[in-house]
Amino acid sequence: MTPDISGNVEGSFQLIGGNFTNAGEASTQLKMKLFEFGVDDAIIRRAAIATFEAEMNVIIYAAAGQLHYYITPENIKIRVEDMGPGIEDIEQAMQEGYSTAPEWVREMGWGAGMGLPNMKRNSDEFMIESVVGEGTTVHMTINLNE
Amino acid sequence: MEKANMKLKEIAKVLDAHFITEAMDADDLDISSACSTDLMSVVLYYHSMNCLLITGLTQPSVIRTAEIACIKCIVFVQGKNPNLQTIELAKEKGIPLLSTPHSMYSVSGRLFQAGLPSSPEK
Repeated sequence: MTPDISGNVEGSFQLIGGNFTNAGEASTQLKMKLFEFGVDDAIIRRAAIATFEAEMNVIIYAAAGQLHYYITPENIKIRVEDMGPGIEDIEQAMQEGYSTAPEWVREMGWGAGMGLPNMKRNSDEFMIESVVGEGTTVHMTINLNE
Repeated sequence: MEKANMKLKEIAKVLDAHFITEAMDADDLDISSACSTDLMSVVLYYHSMNCLLITGLTQPSVIRTAEIACIKCIVFVQGKNPNLQTIELAKEKGIPLLSTPHSMYSVSGRLFQAGLPSSPEK
């Protein structure tokens, strides 16, 4: 089924570091939006997981960040940028199981080193750029028609 | 072992569990698979939708994870009870919560023995 999206839809969410209570709210709202457009369940789930992992990374590691989405009838583009510590070695960070998360984050069930690989796995296109001391930006594209 | 779907009410009975949030459709809610973990990324990475999550973690982000991953129901092990915030979020999202006195290993074993298979791992 072709998603019923007339024109392009975009929006953004502000993310606050350390705010575990509202963690996932942006992803949930995005999920509902894709549902309203009649996007296939499996594709919605992929988009939601990729967005949620990105959202959690901002909440765990950064002081603040922003999630921006842009939906067209063909795809959804998600950009998550943060004011965080940045990633020194992206190749290492992309490896499953590698994590620099502190103990208290692990105790909450996060920081298993699977966030970035999971974002990549659920995206059709994935790109990450980071500057140490400034922040990290993740770009993800998920095709809505398969 | 023959694989079988289980009704949520049946699962609660097998696990000596009580419902933390009311499940209106507990008699009819069909569960076809389950996964056990305390790692939220594992839920998001490996497991497929519509399964039951067995966990020892009780904070709100577990509910968020369940919602994002399309988890149907959550069982808290070792008698753990979530705080009000978690309960409210679960109610809002319509995700039934159960608490059982048994350990994660024991809960998994009981359900497996009853015929409930592991959630297909991707």
